[in-house]
Amino acid sequence: MRDSLGIGVAVGAAGLAFGTAAVAAGLSPAQAVFTSAFMFTGASQFALIGVVAGGGSLVAGALGALLLGARNTLYGLRLADVLGWRGGLRRAVAAHGVIDETTAVALAQPDRPSARLAFTTTYAVLGSSWVLTTLVGALATERVSDIGALGLDSVGPAIFLALLWPRLREGGARTWLIAGLGAGLALAATPLLPPGVPVLLAASAALIALVGPEMPVRGPARDASGDGASAEADGEGVRS
Amino acid sequence: MTLWIVLVATAAGCYLLKFAGLAAPRRLLDNVWLRRFATAVPLALLAALIAVEALRGEGQALAWDTARMGGVAAAVAALVLRAPFLVVVVAAAAVTAGLRALGL
Repeated sequence: MRDSLGIGVAVGAAGLAFGTAAVAAGLSPAQAVFTSAFMFTGASQFALIGVVAGGGSLVAGALGALLLGARNTLYGLRLADVLGWRGGLRRAVAAHGVIDETTAVALAQPDRPSARLAFTTTYAVLGSSWVLTTLVGALATERVSDIGALGLDSVGPAIFLALLWPRLREGGARTWLIAGLGAGLALAATPLLPPGVPVLLAASAALIALVGPEMPVRGPARDASGDGASAEADGEGVRS
Repeated sequence: MTLWIVLVATAAGCYLLKFAGLAAPRRLLDNVWLRRFATAVPLALLAALIAVEALRGEGQALAWDTARMGGVAAAVAALVLRAPFLVVVVAAAAVTAGLRALGL
């Protein structure tokens, strides 16, 4: 329960940042709030509005968001057994809440009833906090005339850095190689391809993960005690 | 209007991806190749997003913006010091705004 509240506060900060960045990118506050309420997976949302801000191809932006959102499929596979909601409305609603944080908290529980409670509480607290703070950030930014003067253009990179950091800190040489190659590919392709496409191209750097022994990857996708659960404690790893 | 359509479509796609996980046969999780690729994709994408957004210029050009890079450096410093998420973001914006106010 206390974990859920802590996550709610940390995610609220990200929600403010998302509302701010979304309006700075050209979304209306209504569009920003819709995105937080229904897309409800932070990294994908930030990726999509990044492409919108750059005036890029919306299709490429959407594909990038979906690629980032595909890790939620892995979380769902893990959660299906733990939560044990087979079919019906409950599973359909629960699916909306399958993200980094809810997965980490649910997988850290010892049995099914507490996993269900942890998942539901985190989902409710985090979801309402995320949507509400998106609205606040969006409305506040709408009243700001000069985005650049407030330094808001560095908010996007800072958020992605905060999301990537726990993985880099824990990862080995190959983790850095994949990240470096991804960044290099995207930069090299930026002058040549429409905005959004270079980031998609960068996903191919992940193929390196298929070479050699399996990487010791942390995170709720593989390990119940992974980054979500431990990172919340120090307020990092907000990767909804 | 186009933007609304893209937002609705992407939201629907993201939901289906989540639902597919809950509903799929869990054999898929045992496929080591799928799992290895899928866990590495966010690494590459996040790094690409950082690079592209930090060095974004006019149109498709890349550009060095000292104030913006200062903000990114501040974010790195905050992360090294294990600062909470909010501090990381505020530090980046504050340093960029400060440098810009100084005319950089």
